[in-house]
Amino acid sequence: MKKTLLSMAVAAAALSLGTLAAEAKVKACFIYVGPIGDFGWSYQHHQGALEMQEALGGESEVELAYLESVPEGADSERALERFARSGCNIIFTTSFGYMDATNAIAGKFPDVKFEHATGYKREHPNVATYNSKFHEGRYVQGVIAANLSEAGVAGYIASFPIPEVVMGINAFLLGAQSVNPDFAVKVVWANTWFDPGKEADAAKALIDQGVDIITQHTDSTAPMQVAAERGIKAFGQASDMIKFGPETQLTSIIDDWGHYYTERVKAVIDGTWEQVDVWEGMAEEHVVMAEYTNMPDDVKAQAEKVEESIKSGAFDPFTGPVNKQDGSAWLAEGEVADPGVLLGMNFYVEGVDDTLPQ
Amino acid sequence: MFEQIIITIATAATPLLIAAIGELVVERSGVLNLGVEGMMIMGAVTGFAIAFTTGSPWLGLVAAIIVGALFSLLFAFLTLTLVTNQVATGLALTLLGLGLSGMIGESFTGLPGIKLPVLYIPFLSDLPFVGKLIFGQDPVFYLSIVLTGCVAWFLFRTRAGLTLRSVGDNHASAHALGINVIMIRYLAVMFGGACAGAAGGYLSLLYTPQWIENMTAGRGWIALALVVFASWRPWRVLAGAYLFGAVSIGQLHAQALGFGLPSQFLSSLPYLATIVVLVLISRNRRLTMINTPASLGRPFVPDR
Repeated sequence: MKKTLLSMAVAAAALSLGTLAAEAKVKACFIYVGPIGDFGWSYQHHQGALEMQEALGGESEVELAYLESVPEGADSERALERFARSGCNIIFTTSFGYMDATNAIAGKFPDVKFEHATGYKREHPNVATYNSKFHEGRYVQGVIAANLSEAGVAGYIASFPIPEVVMGINAFLLGAQSVNPDFAVKVVWANTWFDPGKEADAAKALIDQGVDIITQHTDSTAPMQVAAERGIKAFGQASDMIKFGPETQLTSIIDDWGHYYTERVKAVIDGTWEQVDVWEGMAEEHVVMAEYTNMPDDVKAQAEKVEESIKSGAFDPFTGPVNKQDGSAWLAEGEVADPGVLLGMNFYVEGVDDTLPQ
Repeated sequence: MFEQIIITIATAATPLLIAAIGELVVERSGVLNLGVEGMMIMGAVTGFAIAFTTGSPWLGLVAAIIVGALFSLLFAFLTLTLVTNQVATGLALTLLGLGLSGMIGESFTGLPGIKLPVLYIPFLSDLPFVGKLIFGQDPVFYLSIVLTGCVAWFLFRTRAGLTLRSVGDNHASAHALGINVIMIRYLAVMFGGACAGAAGGYLSLLYTPQWIENMTAGRGWIALALVVFASWRPWRVLAGAYLFGAVSIGQLHAQALGFGLPSQFLSSLPYLATIVVLVLISRNRRLTMINTPASLGRPFVPDR
């Protein structure tokens, strides 16, 4: 009996200690569309979350919770509701397909802050949206590709014909054409964000057809590995993939969400959180270029110069004159594209050798 | 370029072929194991982990085979000994495999792997055109062809194969004849698991030598479908796997060449073409009925 009482007391003490330890200032929650081990999109979001926790003082200050591989659609609504009920102060939903669920749950929990990545709906005052200008990095890649390619043609492994991907293809080609007006891009649609085998097959097909530079808008490291094996150059995607091609990777567009997450969670702690619609790029270091490697110094210098001019705001990748694929005029000389048009982009610029799937 | 394309097709077809041949034997014994995807991904993570830690891709492949077989043993115990529902248990095995492999593989994410070496025979591999195709592919490719031949021979030319098929066709009669139905099914399921494990190992050691969560990306399900559409005949499974591989690679080339066909249609072409061709091959209904294991998926409880 005595023993039981004693162990109960110990258990109670442990329990109270446990709650004391968990008394963080804020609980930040994340919903990911893929596994955090994809080494691409979800991986980078999770790295950002960890960086935020570290920057704000570690586990004692910020409690972190996350759910992986949450399907877009109705399932995500249940996941979100569970999070909102479990005491999350701020919830980040990190894929386009969570847009409606995020807004629906935000209406039910006005005291919880919601942040939706890559979307555009903000139906309640507690919903913010954020996105990155990945296309700025694509433009720099195009400049590098046109300098290095002997064939004058690059292979582009695309995922789905959504505005963000189309924007990337266009920016890449415009960058390349700024160096070599005849530069061409061969596009292959994998129709998946993530299938290492299929992405590898697409890379092989493109190389067999004579491209000597590969770039991708799918999430795995497989194309980089194929490029390394076949001895051509390639660009990484979402994270630094240099380990998969030490002599292959030219640079990589790294999604860096850490600053943004830190800033926003800090705003919740300070009580200064407000609804925003953020679309930031290189200037704010949302988009970071991995080290320029495996290229001659003059190309590296040129790439750095272009990067700098985009960063400083002196230059926008979508600056006229630019024609649409059918030859009709889109941007006049010196005209800069409207962000709204870019975020809904459903046409190619002149010179893309592909029919855009509609 | 041409020989490279053929080798790419063989690489795409081989994991499907190995997994499907394994599942064919399982289904011929009357068991439906929908856990192919789960066993495959367990093979993939084990293969990578062992190859990475020991430095030997061969050990990795062997480990993938062993783990695939052990993992299928779990399915066999549940469905054959405890007589649980095969469909539900198979699905559970897939879910378990996907989750467990993610956990095991966490520390191996983002690391470049070690590739199984391709065959090289001096002189022969250097022959123009045919050299690489016949003498310069990866070793698992050769094994997969030999495996198909062996399984075809075993099932239709040996007494043991006849016994296995009889168990799949009518387990009650087989039992009445004194055949140990449960034991034969255990062995068949483990063979299927070993094959799925090998197919997974092929992915993480050869196809794309790295570990990424969920990297099988549905190949286990394609293998399952191939078995049915090939009406449980080994050589047809081979034809189906290669057709699927060829159309998959062909459509990527068609896109890169810019034929102007919608990419969504091209992406669905491997599935459509494989189904159409295999259904045409198997259009003789009487023969298909003979080939279908009549006891497939039905639970068996010995009455004495």
